Amino acid sequence: MPDDIILETRGLTKEFKGFVAVSDVDLVVRRGQIHALIGPNGAGKTTFFNLLTKFLAPTRGRILYAGADITDLKPAAVARRGLVRSFQMSAVFPHLTVIENVRVGLQRRVGTSFHFWRPAASLAVLDTRAHELLEAVGLAPYARMVAVELPYGRKRALEIATTLAADPALLLLDEPTQGMGHEDVDRVAELIRIAARERTVLMVEHNMNVVARIADTITVLQRGQVIAAGSYAEVARNPQVVEAYMGSSTAALGGAPA
Amino acid sequence: MRPATIGYGLALAAALAVPAVGVYPVFMMKLLCFAMFACAFNLLLGFTGMLSFGHAAFFGAAAYATGWLATARGWGTLPALGAGVVVAATLGTAVGALAIRRRGIYFAMITMALAQLVYFVCLEAPFTGGENGLQGVPRGSLAGLVPLRSDVAMYYVVLGAFVGMYLLIRRIVHSPFGQVLKAIRENEARAVSLGYEIDRYKLLAFVLSATLSGFAGALKAVVLGFVTLSDVLQANSGEVILMTLLGGTGTFLGPAVGAGLVVTLQEYLSDLVGGWVTVIIGAVFVACVLLFRRGIVGELLALRARR
Repeated sequence: MPDDIILETRGLTKEFKGFVAVSDVDLVVRRGQIHALIGPNGAGKTTFFNLLTKFLAPTRGRILYAGADITDLKPAAVARRGLVRSFQMSAVFPHLTVIENVRVGLQRRVGTSFHFWRPAASLAVLDTRAHELLEAVGLAPYARMVAVELPYGRKRALEIATTLAADPALLLLDEPTQGMGHEDVDRVAELIRIAARERTVLMVEHNMNVVARIADTITVLQRGQVIAAGSYAEVARNPQVVEAYMGSSTAALGGAPA
Repeated sequence: MRPATIGYGLALAAALAVPAVGVYPVFMMKLLCFAMFACAFNLLLGFTGMLSFGHAAFFGAAAYATGWLATARGWGTLPALGAGVVVAATLGTAVGALAIRRRGIYFAMITMALAQLVYFVCLEAPFTGGENGLQGVPRGSLAGLVPLRSDVAMYYVVLGAFVGMYLLIRRIVHSPFGQVLKAIRENEARAVSLGYEIDRYKLLAFVLSATLSGFAGALKAVVLGFVTLSDVLQANSGEVILMTLLGGTGTFLGPAVGAGLVVTLQEYLSDLVGGWVTVIIGAVFVACVLLFRRGIVGELLALRARR
């Protein structure tokens, strides 16, 4: 596996009873890219994510990450190697404050997570970094608020900040802008672009504007299979893709860049 | 001074004055031992979100170990207590390692089944005295310095132990480890995706809770001078749940208040109404679940937060 490939799947397949959710997917994610995974509802994108992060076990196929086969690792072990995901449904720690949420992401690397005799104040060393992350997603003014009280869009932003706190080499984002207003979408898209300077991003995204703007490579899934891959321009011209999205091959794919 | 500080000060002053005002110290010591048991149990239920139906096993096994070593083997009080705690910790590791593989009701069933196993061992094993239990456990002395035969001296030791455990539990909850526990309770999948091996954290929480429960049981054996099957009985596991829920899960003082209420009702009502005391405690519990679900301390805290 060449050095510039961070993640590769070979023949990855997940079958549920009588139904193939992900079928023989070969995917290559290159280091430093923003790679978008798109496809209509039910195409198997979230299942694919669950396979990559080991929340589901594949029926067949291998997953290679940074030169190592991670097919048989446990979810937490995958995360510790630097492959960290966000979730489709807003996944914050609801009754922790905003800054505490981010600190959970930072805390593991301090190495005191099993220290039950130490005061929690010993975690204050993380506050500077936590504030930087909150600043980046525009949540700094809400640091002391309990996460459950944040509006939806800001919860998503907090989730991204927490995911970034774990300092992943490969960041997996499951529909990061879903359910957000225009302003939040722009902010998050920008944030992903900044985050991608130091890491690779693989994201499931429905918003074609975002995909067109920030993704370097796009893979299109339909009914669990890859039907197209390439740059936005290449993919948008593919008649199969257009048909999958619009129901007819003559209509144009929305969100084309100017 | 903050009202909480004043409250704690008053409670501590009252606790220190107990022997002087003529409250029966043995009763107070029993109450404090169960308060410790409930606080230790709450570390698991209230702060980790795991409901164990078998905590009497740790309380009782430690009580038996301490009682047996002090009587049959002539061990000193402190080594016997220490050994009881070690027994509880070991048992907690074994039970916890099996139980945390399952969640919710299945977790509860496993703890219950394993605790039942411990009960039968205590019933049948030759060194536990079977139905009679262990009688005449000597109080001995504190490292040969302070003789504990006097109820007043013993009381202050137990009070010190209670305060120590209370502070320790506060520290555990407010530690880096406690933060991870909180995160796991709030959203397990998210904690996993950030790289935490949640089973290890749950196991440590379980072992800590079992160990502290064992300490409460061992101390009770020394205080009262006997260990019986009722210490290790299923009913005792149920009672500690009752105490914790009555006082308020997830609050620091709630389980101690709940324990105080239950032990007091048992002690004073059983003279008046005999066997009906169980019915009355049952009725109190039903009222608690229906009317104030957060428990006594939980409701008080909620009331203060609303103002």
